[in-house]
Amino acid sequence: MGTLQKKKSKTYYESLMDKGHSRRDFMKFATFMTAYMGLESSMIGQVVKAMETKKRIPVIWEHFQECTGCTESFLRSDHPLVADLILDNISLDYSNTLMAGAGHNVEEAKHQSMKDNYGKYILIVEGAIPTKDDGVYCTIAGRTAEDILKESAAGAAAIITFGSCSAWGGVQAAHPNPTGSVPVDIIIKDKPIIKVPGCPPIAEVMTGVVMHYAIFGTIPELDNMGRPKQFYGKRVHDSCYRRPHFDAGQFAKSFDSQEAKNGYCLYKLGCRGPVTYNACGSMEWNNGLSYPIKSGYPCIGCSEDKFWDNGPFVERLVNIPGMGIEATADKVGKIAVGAAVGSAVVHAVATNIAKRKEIKNRSQRGKANEENIKA
Amino acid sequence: MATTTYNYKRVYVWEVPVRIFHWITTFATLILIITGFIIANPPAITTNVEATNSYWFGWVRATHFITAYVLIANLFFRVYWAFAGNQFANWRNFIPYTKKGIKNIFYVLRVDIFLMEDEEHKLSNISVGHNYLAAFSYLIMSLFFLLQVATGLSLIADTSTWWFPKMFTWVTALFGGDIVVRYIHHILTWLFMAFIVVHVYLVLFHDYLEARGEASAMISGFKFIRSERIEKTEEELIEEARKQMWRGKKKEESES
Repeated sequence: MGTLQKKKSKTYYESLMDKGHSRRDFMKFATFMTAYMGLESSMIGQVVKAMETKKRIPVIWEHFQECTGCTESFLRSDHPLVADLILDNISLDYSNTLMAGAGHNVEEAKHQSMKDNYGKYILIVEGAIPTKDDGVYCTIAGRTAEDILKESAAGAAAIITFGSCSAWGGVQAAHPNPTGSVPVDIIIKDKPIIKVPGCPPIAEVMTGVVMHYAIFGTIPELDNMGRPKQFYGKRVHDSCYRRPHFDAGQFAKSFDSQEAKNGYCLYKLGCRGPVTYNACGSMEWNNGLSYPIKSGYPCIGCSEDKFWDNGPFVERLVNIPGMGIEATADKVGKIAVGAAVGSAVVHAVATNIAKRKEIKNRSQRGKANEENIKA
Repeated sequence: MATTTYNYKRVYVWEVPVRIFHWITTFATLILIITGFIIANPPAITTNVEATNSYWFGWVRATHFITAYVLIANLFFRVYWAFAGNQFANWRNFIPYTKKGIKNIFYVLRVDIFLMEDEEHKLSNISVGHNYLAAFSYLIMSLFFLLQVATGLSLIADTSTWWFPKMFTWVTALFGGDIVVRYIHHILTWLFMAFIVVHVYLVLFHDYLEARGEASAMISGFKFIRSERIEKTEEELIEEARKQMWRGKKKEESES
């Protein structure tokens, strides 16, 4: 931890050079990051300038109720400098999963770092926070997640939530939510929160958000649900390479059909692409190798709120919550319309019985007139 | 008694704009329901056509969106007509805030819905335009329609370049994501379908039971009411108008 304290005075560029990277590597990285952050190529110069002059930002990375999958995704980012930059050069002062140290020493180091950089550091939160039974379902070093979060957030300049758990609640918060899990923004109200949802999020998106803050010193433009627009501004559907099949009405009926082999749209197999905001279609995963739809599996909408509850994944229409397992809207709707038709028929029969006098009376009068029509 | 028929007068109830509104709503809703269900669950047609050469699903969606905008414009117009139209089109019909309106709702529930005996036989209980229960149900449905519009527009807001749908992006945030918004949009379709069944049935019910042109009124604009309910006969009115004209002529003569 002591070495990290020393590194802090360096700029991003200096620390990269110290690690033996070439200027060319650095320029490639800057170009790469500019593109990923959704900036124009004319901005490369500014990104380079910022990285050459700006001091590195200290980061505290908290892990709560989660599977560490976001960290795993992050470690597998495709560009070698991405992980390098965050892990070494953003001065990661505390991360349960990634730090080498353990025990009291690191807890102390964390507190020291939080004290030294009060109001300046970025707090990254991975995982949801249980609130039921005083939060006993997630404790680290004898303290509850909620307690730790409140303490770490107090001195943070901004909070970045990595993954669907810290952004929405995720799998822990799925029905029936036994531990009362909540996302970060339920507990922390007075800090800017950047949501980077996904189960896990794309590594380059995670880096891009951190780098945006590091380079520009401001939080990126967010949509009305708190997600950075440059990565979550479009639905997976809107940038999907299978979109032409959607517009042409060419759908795969089942996973083993010829249509599926032809690479047709997976819409009928429950693809959540049309309702999921993420960058999978444009950035893809594992060095731009693939993403679920490209591999023939429909998107499950992992970056959307309550994605786990909105099942089943391979069907278009999700179940109505609280109405049994198989109650889709169509079933309920058919019953409702059927009931309307049924009651109309019953009412029509009842009308003829209840109003028989009126009807008889009127038809007699009408018949009398019919017989008296002038020739 | 049973051999005498009542005298009926023809009354102009639904003006041309109201009737146009009604039929645009009818056909637009039908198109939206049909295209909506195709979009929700498209048929998987096996084809050898390259995706480049086919766009049928795109056209179905385009039809859905265009029709939706027609329906929205139509509703805007109807709101205007609630202030500009005749007494039967007026907004006051749709909100049962008067004692008369509330009493009428109970009358309709008693006599038309639960088919109980109409003991009073008061002519004023029979509404000339909408009865208050029906009108109130249209108000409720128009609120659901607004929710349908809001959810629909928020779903296309992100791919639209127009400011109008972009005004509805907050709906997505309100319901916590597109998946829920889309779901509400889907459920409401069923609600409208159930309403159509009830609406059409009750129109036919009234036409059958009262035989005063309930159904055809939306085509011709006319309904029939008992002549006792008309204060002055047409002849009297024409006579009055003639007198008025004559007086006017006399006035003109005296002035010149």
